[in-house]
Amino acid sequence: MNVDFSLFLPEFLMAGLAILVLGLDLFIPASRKHWLAYVSLAGVLGTMGSVFYLTGRNEELYGGIFLIDQYAVFFKVFLLAVAAFMLLASVDYVKKNLTSAGEFYGILLFSVMAMMAMVGAGELLTAYISLELFSFSLYILAGYALNQPRSIEAGIKYILIGAFSSALLLYGISLVYGALGTTTFSGMAEALQAGPDLQIAFMAGLVLIIVGFGFKVTAAPFHMWAPDVYEGAPTPVTAYVAVASKAVAFALLLRLFATAFGPALSEWKGIIAGLAVATILIGNLVAISQKNIKRMLAYSSIGQAGYMLMGIAALSTLASNGLLFHIVGYSATNFLAFSCVIAYQNMTGKEEISDYAGMYRRQPFLALVLSVSLFSLAGLPIFSGFATKFYLFTAAASEGLLWVVIIAITGSVISLYYYLMVIKQIYLGEPSDMGRLKIGQPMGGVLAGLLAAVVLFGVYPGPLIKLIEEATAALALGN
Amino acid sequence: MVPATAAGAILLIPGSRPDIIRLTAALFSIVALVFSVYTFVAYDHGEGGYQFQRQWQWVESLGISVHLGVDGISVPMVLLTGIVMMSGVLISWSMKDRVKEYFVLLMALVTGVYGTFVSLDLFFLFFFYELAVLPMYLLIAVWGSTRKEYGALKLVMYLMAGSILVWVALIAVYVEANLGTFNLLALQEVGFAQDFQRIYFPLFMIGFGVLAGLWPFHTWSPDGHVAAPTAVSMLHAGVLMKLGAYGIIRVGITLFPEGAMDWQIPLIALGTINVVYGAMAAMAQRDLKYIVGYSSVSHMGLVLIGLATLDRVGMSGAVLQMFSHGIMTALFFALVGVIYDRTHTRDIMVFQGLSKRMGLTAVFFAVAGLTSLGLPGLSGFVAEIMVIIGAFRTYPVVGVLAIFGAALTAVYILRLLARVFFGPLDERWAHLTDATRLEAFSMGGLVVMLVLVGVYPSPFTKIINSGVAPLISRIADVT
Repeated sequence: MNVDFSLFLPEFLMAGLAILVLGLDLFIPASRKHWLAYVSLAGVLGTMGSVFYLTGRNEELYGGIFLIDQYAVFFKVFLLAVAAFMLLASVDYVKKNLTSAGEFYGILLFSVMAMMAMVGAGELLTAYISLELFSFSLYILAGYALNQPRSIEAGIKYILIGAFSSALLLYGISLVYGALGTTTFSGMAEALQAGPDLQIAFMAGLVLIIVGFGFKVTAAPFHMWAPDVYEGAPTPVTAYVAVASKAVAFALLLRLFATAFGPALSEWKGIIAGLAVATILIGNLVAISQKNIKRMLAYSSIGQAGYMLMGIAALSTLASNGLLFHIVGYSATNFLAFSCVIAYQNMTGKEEISDYAGMYRRQPFLALVLSVSLFSLAGLPIFSGFATKFYLFTAAASEGLLWVVIIAITGSVISLYYYLMVIKQIYLGEPSDMGRLKIGQPMGGVLAGLLAAVVLFGVYPGPLIKLIEEATAALALGN
Repeated sequence: MVPATAAGAILLIPGSRPDIIRLTAALFSIVALVFSVYTFVAYDHGEGGYQFQRQWQWVESLGISVHLGVDGISVPMVLLTGIVMMSGVLISWSMKDRVKEYFVLLMALVTGVYGTFVSLDLFFLFFFYELAVLPMYLLIAVWGSTRKEYGALKLVMYLMAGSILVWVALIAVYVEANLGTFNLLALQEVGFAQDFQRIYFPLFMIGFGVLAGLWPFHTWSPDGHVAAPTAVSMLHAGVLMKLGAYGIIRVGITLFPEGAMDWQIPLIALGTINVVYGAMAAMAQRDLKYIVGYSSVSHMGLVLIGLATLDRVGMSGAVLQMFSHGIMTALFFALVGVIYDRTHTRDIMVFQGLSKRMGLTAVFFAVAGLTSLGLPGLSGFVAEIMVIIGAFRTYPVVGVLAIFGAALTAVYILRLLARVFFGPLDERWAHLTDATRLEAFSMGGLVVMLVLVGVYPSPFTKIINSGVAPLISRIADVT
């Protein structure tokens, strides 16, 4: 078989970069470890450049196991951008709170490589293996703060639940393989179209796959691990779990359900829509009573996962556009919110909502940015949340999911309530300490960059949507 | 029309110099006012229809474009916004706390209001509608008084609950029409099935009605007004509540003429309750702002009755009443603000003989009060008589009740005037000073408008007629 290895360029670069960073770690003195973050950043940006080399290609490797298409390219660029922001946002936090920075950045880069492989996967086992590589990186990172029992607890909880869900997923994959005789996405679609009657084994496998992914994307009722892990993990890792892992899981999920399970749409549409409703309601309702901001954001991102599941259930080109648009907008917004939490934690070491009282007086810029991100999460104009939700909801309603949309809209108004509670603290609360706070330089860049993105996607999403349309065209959903 | 947006953006630039910020705000208000007046003067009522149209593509795959234009209904609203904004900015001249944030939010609010009035694309209409609600929370919660957090939260949650209905109905319209566009001009030609209209008209009616103060969803309004700072009360009662009534006309009645026919009786009944209930509640209050707040509820009832008549004279009267009430209530709140500024109380029981010290204020208050009770020669009379004629032509009972409500208005307004301004001067108020020149100027403009419309209403009625006529003919077509 003649394989053009240049198509793997981004993955090779990223793996090389990860090993380079781990190696450099041995030679860099402890006080200069933050250089590694900048080395990684340069590498990530370089890799992003190499992805552009693949733009416009449409190739299959190893008989459809690994795909290079516009969809993969779009997500690779997007995930690398997330990784770049993640690196910048962690610099100060790692310096203050964590030991062994080298491994932190090295493992992070491995996870980025795994994500890039995941969005290119065209076959169930490849997807599974890259998902595992990704998840293992996250297990380690979640438990990285060895001096904090909460972090260790989070790591252990994460690995147990993760292993459990992976087992379900794998069992589901084997059942589906047994029923359809193949694990490539295109082959599965053909088998589904050919065989008129679906075997019970296929249905069981499908349900297990949905449950397995349900854990990964924090769909209710498989979401229980998320708040504990979010709260315990080092905050940059929480942000990464909330944004990158959700985005990449949905990227894979959309490709799987669109290209492999598409012909069996009627079998799973109701299941996914039901999960979406449960996820929206539970995420948004439970968030109301949270006292810790990381837990609150955890529940709110569970609610957001519900909206995204709705986009999967709708399954049309328009809905896929909406889903990708929402993923990008949500990632920018949620990362912005978490960056504020990281910044505030770097400055004060606190993370309860009541600790945010009077933040406006101590750090007005951060107060503004956090308010913007919360308003955007609640789906208010002029921020990205309004545009992305409107697009996604309209697309879902066009596919007969108006009843889910009604719940989603209600959920998003409920979410406004608990976001307002935080904003109220920020602007109206009396601070316990009046000292001005100073944001670190890398974090300032992250905040400014993401703030610009959140507003830009909200008022001028045209160019982004053009790119998204090119990406979803690769899924060949037809109308 | 567009500079309002620019005002919001440019206002972000200046730093911590309150005087410059104030001047910028005033300057932009003047520009916006000039444009509003220009729109009013240049609008050709002989030709009618939508004029000054502009269109830019925004998101093609969803059929959303920035489509601006005005007709005979929105022209007076644009003018109203310009006037109230100008005088609101002048009234807030002495604002000291967090000046920059205050004016930025105020401008965002006005941008939303302008945007809603000139949008001919349902997405953007809703975008601006939400944008107008968003800054309210902070404006009230930060700069307000009297149970401000409660008032602000209640207001926002009520309005957001209303917007759930609007959002759902908009998406349903998009899906049902199946044109792939949110353009109002295209959608109004669709002719929706009667059952569909019957189900979805009430969503618009109640959803927008919440903002218009529709009974029984009005309770946020007095609480919100009392809590809000003066300029925000002015804009809110003066302009924002009109957005609700405007939404019912522009979206509800325009798209669903048959639905409006079916729901005519409930809407007219609720409007009548508004008039009588609002007036009675106002009689029972002691706080000046509550009195004006409930009187707004009562007067908005007249607007709703006028709309519900679906009669040419009645609907024109409703639109004129929106304009007249907007100016009048802005004047009321400005006056209450002036009095409160000097006395630090709003309890009418403690005032006596204020006219001895605050002559000009008393005169202005008398003009506003007389407009409110419908004295001939002032704008309120023209508008109310038109609404009542419309009511008699459809449901005479309602006309009688509406007159009864107007009579109740006379009771509480005259009692208020007598108690607060006339009689012997109380010792405590001997040191009071009259309105400053700036305050007098900003309120004087409003008084002039009230008299102008009262004695020479024909430019207004001609323009409004040209906007209402096409609606009436649409309604006539379906009956």
